[in-house]
Order: sequence, then structure tokens, then C-alpha cells
Amino acid sequence: MNKIEPSFRPGGKFAKLESVYDGMETFLFTPNTTSRLGAHIHDGNDLKRTMITVVVALLPALLFGMYNIGYQHYLAIGQAHTGWFTMFLFGLLAMLPIIVVSYGVGLGIEFISAQIHHKEIQEGFLVTGILIPLIVPINTPLWMTAVATAFAVIFAKEVFGGTGMNIFNVALITRAFLFFAYPSRMSGDEAFVKVDSAFGLGDGTLADTFTGATPLGQVATNVGDSLQMTDILGKPISCMDAFIGFIPGSPGETSMIAILIGAAILLLTGIASWRIMCSVFVGGLGMAALAHALPSATYPASMLDPMTQLCLGGFAFGAVFMATDPVTGARTNVGQYIYGLLIGVFAILIRVYNSGYPEGMMLAILLMNAFAPLIDHCVVSSNIKRRARRAAAKE
Amino acid sequence: MATVRLKKGFDIHLVGAISDGTIVTASLPQSVAVVPDDFHGVIPRMEKKEGEHVIAGEPLYHDKNYEAIKVVAPVSGTIKEVRRGERRHIDAIIISPDQNSEALTHDLKRPAEEVLLGSGLWAMMRQRPYDVVPVPGVRPRDVFVTAFDSAPLAPDLGIVLGDKRKYIAKGVEVLNGMTDGKVYIGIREGQDLEAPGAEVTTFVGPHPAGNVGIQAANTVPVNKGETVWTMDIITLARIGELFSTGKVSHDTVVAVDGEMVQQPRYVQTVMGADLETVLKNELTNVAKSRIISGNVLTGVKVEASQWLRAPYRHVTIIPENNKPDEFMGWASLNPKRFSIYRTFTTWLGGLSKPVSMDSRIKGGERAIVRTGEYDAMLPMDIYGEFLIKAIISGDIDKMEQLGIYEIAPEDFALAEFADTSKLELQHIVRVGLDKLRAEMS
Repeated sequence: MNKIEPSFRPGGKFAKLESVYDGMETFLFTPNTTSRLGAHIHDGNDLKRTMITVVVALLPALLFGMYNIGYQHYLAIGQAHTGWFTMFLFGLLAMLPIIVVSYGVGLGIEFISAQIHHKEIQEGFLVTGILIPLIVPINTPLWMTAVATAFAVIFAKEVFGGTGMNIFNVALITRAFLFFAYPSRMSGDEAFVKVDSAFGLGDGTLADTFTGATPLGQVATNVGDSLQMTDILGKPISCMDAFIGFIPGSPGETSMIAILIGAAILLLTGIASWRIMCSVFVGGLGMAALAHALPSATYPASMLDPMTQLCLGGFAFGAVFMATDPVTGARTNVGQYIYGLLIGVFAILIRVYNSGYPEGMMLAILLMNAFAPLIDHCVVSSNIKRRARRAAAKE
Repeated sequence: MATVRLKKGFDIHLVGAISDGTIVTASLPQSVAVVPDDFHGVIPRMEKKEGEHVIAGEPLYHDKNYEAIKVVAPVSGTIKEVRRGERRHIDAIIISPDQNSEALTHDLKRPAEEVLLGSGLWAMMRQRPYDVVPVPGVRPRDVFVTAFDSAPLAPDLGIVLGDKRKYIAKGVEVLNGMTDGKVYIGIREGQDLEAPGAEVTTFVGPHPAGNVGIQAANTVPVNKGETVWTMDIITLARIGELFSTGKVSHDTVVAVDGEMVQQPRYVQTVMGADLETVLKNELTNVAKSRIISGNVLTGVKVEASQWLRAPYRHVTIIPENNKPDEFMGWASLNPKRFSIYRTFTTWLGGLSKPVSMDSRIKGGERAIVRTGEYDAMLPMDIYGEFLIKAIISGDIDKMEQLGIYEIAPEDFALAEFADTSKLELQHIVRVGLDKLRAEMS
């Protein structure tokens, strides 16, 4: 690396690729820069490590998501006894193009932007790039994912100044863009279960009883006083199925177990705020209990018991991986409780009382992203007032 | 006696600590220097020229705005050189010491403020706000003195103090006469210190508990419009000595420690002594060492050909980039790669074992991403991150509201160490304080 370095510095042959070179070099080698002024020693942790740890925490959800895509597919074509490895392979092949597109488009824009501004490439997209495939329905056409990713990275992040400066969670903006620009492909029977083959693997015809609606989709369209969710072949499913994750849905969101493993990694390493994570669950549980106490056929989701509410859809995934994004969330300790609590409440509120949106987590987090600075402002203001009072008391 | 318990902060244990309190006496320095940068807030106007002879305690220069503030020669000798850098900035005033132990005697019948200003000890005190040499004529609300240093590998100030402790009472008496409030002294748990007339507070907790600003913030915080003086116990004892004997002592004991020091020890020498004399046999591996006058968090990087800096009783030598081109350090599972965060594996082996750390920053500078990092390292009622952001954006009202008057750069040193985004926090705070001071005057 050191040998080829000069050609990437200003004046060199590839000076236009300086940021790319820097990105590669700092990826491969810890920077040799020593402290110039100020503290002479520094902690070993940097943003690369932080971001990679989040990616590691996402792996259980990713791996299970791949398996579940295969499982749902073979269930749909009536070959439920296919081996687990084939199922996983199918899911892997189905998801790979989306991951490649997400990272390709996002990192491409980051590289170009870094070069234009002559800055180092920032690590933020490492996490965003893996979050996007996990929250986008598996049947989303690749070009849509590409357009949405580009939109989110440019307009939700780069225009604000890049990693650490954005107001809204970039991955959620990607999903929101898809959700509002192509609503027909984002819900309903065809979005969440991959029925066609992946690179030639898993050919077959659909079972007659197939219906691809997610449990929350079924809830939203439920009519009458009784509520029974079914799997894609029409068999009833329980809260336990949702907890383990063998239900249709976005790849990352279905398995509560995989998400909880990720949550444990994030909390143990101290990267995610336990204040936010816990208060989202508390807020969601409270609101779900309230809704469940007043069940109504007009709002079928109110018939779900609180635990099932939390296990279904993207609630847990959002609480663990999205709400805890430190950049877009509240930054003060007190603020984090309020922020998390309101996300939980709003997610269930939207889910239950707005029949247009079977899932409320995305909108709840984006809404609170917008309010996080206000919450922090109020918390910090109380500190300012305390200081002012202290000064006034002296006079 | 009040006790304050501080939970925030962190004690960094580095290898190369001093094992016993023996003091080695260094030989007469080859050169002694005064570095004007050590007296922040004083703009030097020379009183002596190159080649002139001075005796210990005689003024070398005074402040441009307050002529009464003098900075004095620590030894008697001939001014060898007034070294200037860019834009005629005075980098150092170098004296060739002679064997003469003559020292200037001060007339103690004059007002205490006048004596202090002329003795050079005034310039060794600091004031909050702005962390600069105190402005003459302003009566401080209180005086805060720290009697211990909690920084990594820091010297035991009790040993540095030595038999000068007998002057503490006199120092307290003098300072009590200069403030309407009290003289507060912060000690660590179990520390034995006699200080009649002072309000002694025990501080329990990790670094930065020894920082005088942290102690002030946790006893009687500084408000807008107020001024307090800060110093360490050594300066207080020197003030006591001045008002007991009429002379300022520039003798000092410094701790010489760190990983690159073969025999960590205390050295008896004089302020501003050249490092070649002080370090003697330790300068075998200069190319791979970083010599710091002060501790690893707040000290100043110096060359072997330079001198002890005035505010510190400490020289630390650590390795300079001892792991060049570390391959994929961010992916390391090596428990020796020290981090206080659990993203690395260090914590599994315990964080209180002495560790080896070099001078690398170990990452690129980024925007602030992780939350609460600064607050966890700053035991004050201050939102560190918001204050830093206010300083970066130059928002003077916000800086004031968020408590910039209470802080000094050193208070953010530990946060700078722990910062995942690798920002130069002490520099940011210094720039902010200077800007505010320029704006207010």
C-alpha cells in the first residue's frame, strides 16, 4: 500500500481517487497518525469498530431471514420437507442481489461524495447497507431498491453533511421512499414471500391455498369480532410462531429470537442505548395493553394481545436496530426515555387506529427522529435554567 | 470535613509507574528555560535582553496589558537566547545557569497582591473563567486548590511537596486575605494534609477527581460573572514560602515515568531544567519515544533538547507509534488492544491492569456519533457534547448557558482519550475559551 500511495496523493496519477485510497488503506491498516496536540493516548475504539459491531449484531437476523425466505418459499410451493440447507441457500441467493445493490449504490455515492469534498470515507453506510435488505420486502424489484437507496443516501444524509449529521435514519428513509412511491409493491399478498425461483433454484407451482399476506396485513383487513392469523397456507399461527420467526415478513423482522440475540450484543458492547431500547418496549407494551383493554371490530388490531403485538411485524427490529441509532435519536439520557417511550406508543397507535398502515414502526421512528432534537432541547434547557437560577440566587 | 463522591470518569493504568518514593537529585542543569506558552493569557513584553545577567526571581518579562504581572527567572545565570518562532512569537527564554544561589528577596510589607504579582507566582495561578493567569485587581469569589493529581502515572503530590508542606498554613492565610470567600483544598481519601484556615474536601472517585475544576464544580460551581482562582498545592506552598521567607523557591520534584523509562523515579531539580539533565540515562531510545512534560492526557510533547514546562511536576515517556501499519486494527480481538468500551475484548481481562499505550490516535476523525461518551468522563453538571457543539459552531450565548465558564481544557482530556470520533476536544475548548475572552473584553 505504501508503495502505491504517492500516485493517489495530489499531483499523482490517480489523485481523483484519493478518498478511495484512504478508505482502503484505513480499512486494511490502523492509521499511523499520532496525536498532534491534546491527549497523547487514545482509546482503541473508533467508528469502524463501532459500526462493524452493529453489523455483527445484525447477523443473526440476517441469517435467520435468509433461512425463513427459503422456508416460506418451499412452504408456498408445497415442498415443506426440503432440507434446511437448501432453504437457506435459496434465501441466500434471493437476498444476495439486494445486498449487492444496496451496498453498491450506497457505498458508490459515499465514495463519490467523499472524493468531491476531499474527505475520508465515513463508515455509516456499513450498517445502513445491511439494514436496507433486511427491512425491504423480498420481492421488491432491484431497480426500486437502487433508486430508493440513492434517494435516501443523497437526500437524507449527504445533503446534511454525511455520517453523524443526518436527521432521519437513512435505512428507514429508504423504506419510506419505497413505501410511498411504490405502495402496491410494498404490501399485500405478493410482497413478502418469494414465490418464483432464485437463480434457478426452487422451481415449483404455488399451492392452491397460498396467500402471502403477513399476519399484520391479515389483521388490518380482518372483518368481524374474531381474529385468527394464519400462515401462508391458511393454517393458524400463534404468538410462539411469531416469536421464533416462521411467518412471512421483511427478511430481518420476523424472528424475535434472532433480534434478541442482536439486542444482547448491542447492549453488552454498550453501543445501543438500553434506555431507548427498553422504553420503546415499555411504550409499545403499554399502548398495546390499553388498546387491548378496549377491543373493537372497527380496529381489528386492538384484538391482539400485547405480547403478540410486540412479536409481530417490525416492532422488535425497529426497537433494537432503528430507534437506537444514536445519530437520529435523542442524545440526552432523560431525552432517550421520552424518545423511546413515544416511539413505542406511536408505533402501536398507528398500527391499531390507522387502518391505512398495517405497520406503524417505521412512521413512529421517523416521526420521533424529527422530534428528537426538540426533546433534547427541552432537557438541555432545564440544565441551562438550573445554571441561570444558581447564578441569580447568588446576586 | 465534607466528602464528595464522584462516579464518572476513569482511571487509566499505564505500565511504567514509580514503585517507591525515593528522590534522586539531578545535577545542575546545563540550561534552564521559561516558555511563555505555559502562562496562558500573559502576552510577553521582555524586560531583559540576551546576554544580560539575572538572579533567581528577577523578572524576565511582563504582561502587555497588566505590567504588574511578571514572569521571573527560576535560576540565576545569563540569558543565552530569546528563541523566537513564527511572527516573532517567543518560544523560550533560555538561561545558562551559574553556581550562584542568590535569589531576589521581596519586601513583604507591600500589599499581598503586589508581592505575588512581582514574584512570578501570580503567573502560576489560574482563574476561571477562561483558564488563564488571573486578572489583577479582581477579587476572587473563592480559591480552589487541589492537593492530588489523579491523572495516569501522576506523581504523589505529597512527595513532590516534601518539607514545603510547612508553608501550606501560611499560603492559606495569605489567600484568605485576598478573597471574600474561602480557600478550598481538595484531597483524596486517606490523604494526610494539615491546612488550618482552609475548607478541606475529600474527593472519592476516578480521574478527573484531581482536576481542580472538577472539584470546584462539585463544591461551589462558578457562575457567570464570578471569578475564582485555581492552583495546585505546590503553588500554594510556594506562596506560603514567599510570605514566610521573602523568597520564591523554584526547586521542584518531578516524577519521571512511563513505559519507555527504565527506572521510573522522582527527580529533584529546578523548574524549567533541561531534559537532558533531568532524564540523563533515559534518552537511549529517543526515536521511538514520545517525551511528554506533564501527563499523557494534558501534557505537552517536548523534544529531548527542550525543558521541563512550568505547570507540570511530571515527565512521562511513552512509545511513539510502536505498532506501525497495524493490520485491520478495527477488527482486532487482541485483549491487549486497550479500550474502555466493550466493543473490544480488553474488558474481559479487567480494565485495571497496567497497559501499554502508544501515541497513535487509532482511528479517523468523525462527526460525533455515539452518545454519552463525554458525559461519562466529565463529573460535572454539564452536557459536554452540547457544549462542544456550541463551541464548534461559535455560538457564544449557548456556550455561556451550557457552562463554559466552569471548564478548562484539561477537564475534557479524559473525554478526548475516550472519544470514538477522535475529536481534539481540549483544543476545541481552548479555542472556545479564547474566543469568548476576546469577545468579552
